[in-house]
Amino acid sequence: MSPVNIIEGKAYPFGLKNIDTDVIIPAEWLKTVSRSGLGRGAFESIRANPDNIFDNSDYAGAPILIAGDNFGCGSSREHAAWALGDMGIEAVIAPSFSDIFSSNAFKNGILTVVLPQEAIDRLMEVAKTDPIHVDLDSQTVTTPFQDRFSFEIDPFRKNCLANGLDEIGLTMAMDQKISNYEKRASAAWPWLGGAVSA
Amino acid sequence: MASRPRTLYEKIWDAHVIDRRDDGTCLIFIDRHLVHEVTSPQAFEGLRAAGRTVRRPDLTLAVPDHNLPTTARTDGKGNRLPIADVESAEQLAALEKNAPDFGIRYIGATAREQGIVHVVGPEQGFSLPGATIVCGDSHTACHGGLGALAFGIGTSEVEHVLATQTLLLAQSRSMEVRVEGQLGPGVTAKDLVLEIIGRIGAAGGNGHVIEYTGAAIRALSVEGRLTVSNMSIEGGARAGLIAPDDVTFAYLKGRPMAPMGEQWDEAVNYWRSLTTDPGATYDKTIVIDATRIAPNVTWGTSPEDVVPITGAVPDPMSFADPSKQAAAQKSLDYMGLTPGTRMQDVLVENIFIGSCTNSRIEDLRAAAAVLKGRKKAAGIKWAIVVPGSGLVKEQAEAEGLDRIFIEAGLEWREPGCSACLGMNPDKVPPGERSASTSNRNFVGRQGPGARTHLVSPAMAAAAAVTGRLTDVRELMGVNR
Repeated sequence: MSPVNIIEGKAYPFGLKNIDTDVIIPAEWLKTVSRSGLGRGAFESIRANPDNIFDNSDYAGAPILIAGDNFGCGSSREHAAWALGDMGIEAVIAPSFSDIFSSNAFKNGILTVVLPQEAIDRLMEVAKTDPIHVDLDSQTVTTPFQDRFSFEIDPFRKNCLANGLDEIGLTMAMDQKISNYEKRASAAWPWLGGAVSA
Repeated sequence: MASRPRTLYEKIWDAHVIDRRDDGTCLIFIDRHLVHEVTSPQAFEGLRAAGRTVRRPDLTLAVPDHNLPTTARTDGKGNRLPIADVESAEQLAALEKNAPDFGIRYIGATAREQGIVHVVGPEQGFSLPGATIVCGDSHTACHGGLGALAFGIGTSEVEHVLATQTLLLAQSRSMEVRVEGQLGPGVTAKDLVLEIIGRIGAAGGNGHVIEYTGAAIRALSVEGRLTVSNMSIEGGARAGLIAPDDVTFAYLKGRPMAPMGEQWDEAVNYWRSLTTDPGATYDKTIVIDATRIAPNVTWGTSPEDVVPITGAVPDPMSFADPSKQAAAQKSLDYMGLTPGTRMQDVLVENIFIGSCTNSRIEDLRAAAAVLKGRKKAAGIKWAIVVPGSGLVKEQAEAEGLDRIFIEAGLEWREPGCSACLGMNPDKVPPGERSASTSNRNFVGRQGPGARTHLVSPAMAAAAAVTGRLTDVRELMGVNR
């Protein structure tokens, strides 16, 4: 994963509450065995309307998406994060995210920024004409008009994003602790081990 | 020192902490991992690329379900039939190769135990109380009905669990949903969970694990509890929990992968400790009166869009929140509904009885009880019953339920996720309506342009008989 620091550029002023992962990437696109190429299927039902913002040349290549409450609800499909990444999205800003989507986005180096609805309303307005600047290090979203919004981020996630860390590699380095736990668990709850034989 | 009173969630969480980082993130051990064909290929590819192996194949079980056609899988001689869709066939082939390559037990497409992961796990006794259970599917919340901490994960996390049998997680907040009193006749676990989601909203449980408590929850069968916990994610909660009790133990005893002999006794002894201690506190509590719940239906494109079948399509302007007003208007446009229309006047053309929410034997019995001696209405173009697993299918056939469905004019299919997500060929046509026992009424969920009304199995059966959304209590002769 490449490190994330500053994300700057056009933003899609998308809004809309409860955008689910079936809308972000419909099930038909889930037949793939690859992570790439899903941008073509992103927001398919919305793009069926020719006036949609994703095909509006004013926002072509925008790295930021401004969304409504509970963005990414529904299915756990990481294809939603892959599709956004394939579209060139590097950050999504919304009043709230579903837990699973937020986690999936983070694992793919996409920053999810939670800001209050008033800030979202302001950014939606700015995005129609001007770029938006997201700074992970200082945890701020700013505009060319002196708007400055601070956001919270889990310190562990921030560290992984900022340094582009491989989480599996990090965990595998804790092998001894995992083995010790497995020994304790097998003594305390012996019925949990060996559930299946291949 | 007496230990602090803890919630059920805290007890299971604490028992699985391997390491607690300074920033509060915990490394959590995962006891059970279910793998299916759709969200795993990229994870196995990642393992291969990094030269990694599966740490605990003995805690991992693979079953295809999402993408399999539900038409016959073998010919008359037992030979396997090919899958027409090339991509689907390739995805299935990937799991068929990945499972043995990585030493994982695989229940294949034609095995009698095959089924939806969330039906197979409990049915096989793979899912157990107090265990941490994950799967690359958001409806993993289902297994919480047994008192397991179970939640859906993305493919990167699937890879993480395969490689390390752990996940890095921050602890969630806790929410109690207490359901007092008893459900009336014709009102089921599905109606109850729709009521809960309607109340808390699709984002109400974000950041929380929900524990369901109260007399109405205790009175549910394990099947009913799985239905309730299954839809926790529709209320935004990654996991649901129902404390295990004698009903749970009776359900699990003798299942193929459940503990046996002395280990069974030891396990039950431990499982009895898995309750929220008196004096433990939740971050949030919601109280619901079961006696006031009617059979519910959805009118919109979010599972929070719930009304009783006796109600009407709401006016978008009746919502206080301006963003909800806009969303409701969009939903009604998509659904082709007008405010004020009585839900019972809404005609449907398609019936889907199935999904990890409602495809267990009890669900099929409830639907069959309504359909027995009746026929589907002339306006019903497509009606399928998809059992949750091969074992559910066998049981239903032994009870003659398949005959009831077929005689009523419904199709009796092979197990899988089917029209719940419209990934395999089972789809609702554009612009048509379905009464569906599944869990999501999202835009395009059951196929592009499909209009979904979520209902219980008995309600889906009632709609099949009348050709419109119907209060099943009228067909059951329930006095109200």
